Amino acid sequence: MTVEDPRTTAVTGLGHYVLGLGDDALVLSERCAELITRSPTIEEDLAISNIALDLLGQARGLLAHAGELEGAGRSEDDLAYLRLDTQFRNCALAEVPNGDFAFVMLRIYLLSEYFILRYAALADSADSQLSAISAKALKEVSYHKLHARDWVIRLGRGTAESAKRAQAALADAEPYFDELFDDTWIHPDLITAGIAVSEAALRDQWQAALDKTLSEADLELPGASRPFSGARHGRHTEHLGNLLALTQSLHRAHPGASW
Amino acid sequence: MDTNTFETLIAEGKTIEPHDPMPEDFRRSVLRQIAQHAHSEIIGMQPEGNWISRAPSLYRKAILIAKVQDEAGHGLYLYGAAESLGMDQGEMLERLHSGQQKYSTIFNYPMLTWADVAVMGWMGDGAAIVNQVPLSRCSYGPYARAMARICKEESFHQRQGYDAMRVLANGTEEQRNMAQDAVNRWWQPSLMLFGPPDTDSPNTARSMAWGIKRHTNDELRQRFIDLCVPQAEALGLTIPDEELIWDAERGHYNSGPLDWDEFWANVNGAGPCTRERLARRVAAHEDGRWVREAAAAYEHQIENGALVS
Repeated sequence: MTVEDPRTTAVTGLGHYVLGLGDDALVLSERCAELITRSPTIEEDLAISNIALDLLGQARGLLAHAGELEGAGRSEDDLAYLRLDTQFRNCALAEVPNGDFAFVMLRIYLLSEYFILRYAALADSADSQLSAISAKALKEVSYHKLHARDWVIRLGRGTAESAKRAQAALADAEPYFDELFDDTWIHPDLITAGIAVSEAALRDQWQAALDKTLSEADLELPGASRPFSGARHGRHTEHLGNLLALTQSLHRAHPGASW
Repeated sequence: MDTNTFETLIAEGKTIEPHDPMPEDFRRSVLRQIAQHAHSEIIGMQPEGNWISRAPSLYRKAILIAKVQDEAGHGLYLYGAAESLGMDQGEMLERLHSGQQKYSTIFNYPMLTWADVAVMGWMGDGAAIVNQVPLSRCSYGPYARAMARICKEESFHQRQGYDAMRVLANGTEEQRNMAQDAVNRWWQPSLMLFGPPDTDSPNTARSMAWGIKRHTNDELRQRFIDLCVPQAEALGLTIPDEELIWDAERGHYNSGPLDWDEFWANVNGAGPCTRERLARRVAAHEDGRWVREAAAAYEHQIENGALVS
């Protein structure tokens, strides 16, 4: 058995952690981008493309940083296009298919609340690059939250049909909540050292924000689902493989080409 | 109606603003042109949007999302400009969906490879700029101002498209082939973006007299050819026109005939992708109906004080 150098382990662990943050942003960006030209209004096409673009910018910064931390010369594109689905570290809530507009907006809302808490804490990270990326991203996800939260409330209180759809979206999303607050994929030294943030510690605040929104939207958390877990460790839903098969196809068809 | 005021404003080269008197034919002509342009932005998002997922690098993906986002924004400014002539976005979308209002024929061609995305930026947006820069001096104020803003973004798209082409043209053999194939397929549709030949464009003379158009279709097409040919040469790509030759006497390139039967078939609804483009637009609209209804119902409750926002 080899003795691990805690410093090296922590650095490897940090790269792994940053990759997970980047994958969350990248995969959600892909799902948002799928909506462009399929939104209920042109205004919403504009808004969702703006959200997709912000998230993609975050993903690029985070993946590039993860590559630097790894120190093996992998670029943002190597990490985005040449990993297998089992090597992605994003949460499952980001990857499940869009469904209807109620699910689309609820998902963006739920993850934006989560990203806000995460980035606000990481803005003080001892890793200066991660801190800078997080401070910028925090402003963006705060805007995404406002936009999506308004929709959750509008749909919850709009018509009987929209309320029914919003309630169904909540039931579809709920199994993926627990995983957001799982710390098992984060090297504990990173949290102790103030580099990473304990996601478990964010849960109460996230739940409080969600409860307030659901109350304004006149929606109720079903509370009856079996939690999903495993995506942070590479055991994803059936859907990530399909998403990557599409997004990686052209890049992989031309090995080594520049674009 | 005091058409003297209208005539005077036109004669003095001033813009016509929404509150100014204007002949009904002027209003209708400008509206038709703005509608065609607005709808082109919206339909044009589809073939490009279809490549966002597969964009071969995250950098190109970001550029493409931003471009499609700009197109949605252009569509919205233009619907706003049209609204100043009395037709709102909802009515214009209905007319697009029912085929009463048209969009540019170029978007009815399929975008088959990544090089098509690059060519659409380089040639498609290049042609759009040649068409649109003079429109920023168009006699209808809201349209002219919308065009000034749109042209800045289009010029950015054109440069990004050329840059993406440059990388392909200097890339692997497969990439170079892909680039040439895209030029072969998009040259004619790009030239047709300027509309029918002057001999077959019944509205041109009046539109020019009213300052809606500043140049004829053929003048603009020639300007585009003259700009584009040296760019293709710089990229090492061949323009698919055996009759293309520099005419020193005219100071322009001479070029071969275009297939105007194909153009008119496309205008009249028989373009290669016309049905699917419209079907997608209509489906998005229909699928979104319950969302728009919910938003309206919610606003209604707020207005009636049934809810505190």
